[in-house]
Amino acid sequence: MMTLLDQLRVWLSAALPEWAAYVIAGVVGIVVILVFVLTLVIVFIWYERRLLGRFQIRLGPNRLGPEGIFQPIATAVKVLLKEDIVPERADRIVHWLAPIVVFTPVLMVFAVIPLGPGAILADLNVGVLYFVAVGSVSAVGIYMAGWGSNNKYALIAAMRTVAQIVSYELPLVLSLLGVVLMAGSMSMTEIVDAQNLPFIIVQPLGFLIFFLGVLAEMNRCPFDLLEADSEIVAGYHTEYSGMKFAMFYLGEYGHALAYACIITTLFLGGWHGPVLPPFLWFLIKVVAVFSLVVWLRATLPRLRVDQLMAFTWKGLFPMALINLFVVAVEVLWLSSLSYWLVVAVNIVLAAILILVWSKLFVLGRGKVEV
Amino acid sequence: MGLKTEPFILNVGPQHPSTHGVFRMRVTLDGEVVVDLEPVIGYLHRGIEKLAESRTYTQIIPLTDRLDYLASMTNNFGYVLAVEKLGGIKVPERAEYLRIIMAELMRISSHLMAVGFFLNDLGAMMTPVLYMWREREKIMDLFEMVCGQRLTYNYMRIGGVSQDIPEEFLPALKRFIDEMPRFIDEYEQLLSENEILLVRTKGVGVLPRETAINVGASGPVLRASGVKWDIRKADTYSIYDRFDFDVPVGNAGDCYDRYWVRIQEMRQSIRIVQQAMKQLPAGEVCAKLKQPLRLPVGEVYGHIEAPKGELGFYLVSDNSIAPYRFHVRPPTLINLTALRDMVIGWKIADLIVIFGSIDVCLGEIDR
Repeated sequence: MMTLLDQLRVWLSAALPEWAAYVIAGVVGIVVILVFVLTLVIVFIWYERRLLGRFQIRLGPNRLGPEGIFQPIATAVKVLLKEDIVPERADRIVHWLAPIVVFTPVLMVFAVIPLGPGAILADLNVGVLYFVAVGSVSAVGIYMAGWGSNNKYALIAAMRTVAQIVSYELPLVLSLLGVVLMAGSMSMTEIVDAQNLPFIIVQPLGFLIFFLGVLAEMNRCPFDLLEADSEIVAGYHTEYSGMKFAMFYLGEYGHALAYACIITTLFLGGWHGPVLPPFLWFLIKVVAVFSLVVWLRATLPRLRVDQLMAFTWKGLFPMALINLFVVAVEVLWLSSLSYWLVVAVNIVLAAILILVWSKLFVLGRGKVEV
Repeated sequence: MGLKTEPFILNVGPQHPSTHGVFRMRVTLDGEVVVDLEPVIGYLHRGIEKLAESRTYTQIIPLTDRLDYLASMTNNFGYVLAVEKLGGIKVPERAEYLRIIMAELMRISSHLMAVGFFLNDLGAMMTPVLYMWREREKIMDLFEMVCGQRLTYNYMRIGGVSQDIPEEFLPALKRFIDEMPRFIDEYEQLLSENEILLVRTKGVGVLPRETAINVGASGPVLRASGVKWDIRKADTYSIYDRFDFDVPVGNAGDCYDRYWVRIQEMRQSIRIVQQAMKQLPAGEVCAKLKQPLRLPVGEVYGHIEAPKGELGFYLVSDNSIAPYRFHVRPPTLINLTALRDMVIGWKIADLIVIFGSIDVCLGEIDR
């Protein structure tokens, strides 16, 4: 299938030389994605603050513009005008580079996200692999920020980053493989097209594991240990201010947006939906996922670092393996099995596994003899 | 693994989101594990004890407001009780009841803050705090009705209270007391069986019964360790013997028990206020005393069960208009001495939680 960009290029190359059409089409695509991402990130910042306000029986920012919609812009201006402070004896280059390393991969992830039929910047045939690879680069940036700041709180956060993100990557990728097996492709558009029934129903367990992994990847409650404000002040960005802090902030929400988009694409059937136009369906699903994340943030306390690790290695990881195995078997015999039977088996399996694990699984109390 | 590691020192505070004021902990960490801890206090020292020596007995009451500023009413209460004990001053019945009502409302308010910020320390992003603030706000409104203040009340007087309650107070109090149990149920529904809260607090920061007694802990911290010691029962003061209430006691002495004891104490406080409202007599609210007040030569130690523990006032009088010596026994300073024993071996995240579960107020630690 030709993407919208391909069509634009073909249309342009009628009047322009081949290379010019290629460049112009590419630039148009990048600009559209950038505008989409940055506007949505700003809207998300506003949306989260308002929604949190509702959860916490208060109003949230509502002064600037209708319903306070311009509040993020005011915040951005304030942050940009702040003095950029680099701590003494910080590793200046690493300190300077870290926000960029965090923010750039977030933008790059959007290249493979289909916003509507054909509305994708690069329909890679290894789209899933691309997003997993690019998405995990941010961890390096966070580690750099913690290391380069010459601050002990930031360093603790950096150590937690490595442990947390690397560990949660495993169940995340394993649950992703279930989707890839079922769709029979790594291309994001083909995965969307394969979902006559959204994969959240076909693979509820896979979705749960992926969702929890994503929460840890984007440092959201209850896995927000990297910036646990009550313990380690602001975590890895304790020593950042001004534009660099804004980059982290944008990166964080960009991450949330990117993963909300990916969950929508992989598990919620992407742009598919009745009546409304595809792009609107996509947005509705993304906002729904994001709202769920904010809801969790408003409700749950935080796990401790060893409990967090135990949760993934003893809980999510084995469950993801079982899930992958079952899905592989199902895919092998799918032609002879009814689709609805697969759905039923998977839902029952998810229920049983979660029950068994919640009974078996006791988190350690964590005291160490010193 | 022959990797060489060494512990490092982290200064938690005095500016830190979770030290509940300007408290500083010099923590030695081995990775995330707390190896040693040294509390550093004194950043909020205002010399209240010395200031009191140059003020008349009535002028000291506003100073006591500034001790534990989250429980000013009970500070007033403890101080005036000590003075009345030394002076042998008789307090009118109605004033006694008003004092009890205010003290128990203050206990609810203080425990709301304690539990709320304890959850904040656990990482529950402000939501529980704001839910509890909703109810605390109503208590603040009630206090504002009786004395015009919302934080430093300066309501009690030697020999009674500063003024009678206005007409609208009792209906508002009744409304609050009637709906409060439902709100406590709501908190418990949100928190008490939350899996993350359980794994973060059950068995964490255990303060054994013996240690608790040895360090002289008091209040919810002591009761959570299984010691049934409440000064309202153990050394009854004012008219607490007229009310029927229970003393909730934990058994494990961990953070969860300290949380649980506070929740249960709020329920008991509601019971006391209900009874006090029913029995509230009419009459004077303050005894007529010769001003400036002179106390007989001697010394006195008066103590009450403040929300955070045993609040004691030690006064030495030389028959002048000001005390010769004025000393406060702040409950949280004594409770805090158990902190080091509780946190060694736990992680830095637990350190914050354990510290939060003690429920300190730096106003009275540093004085």
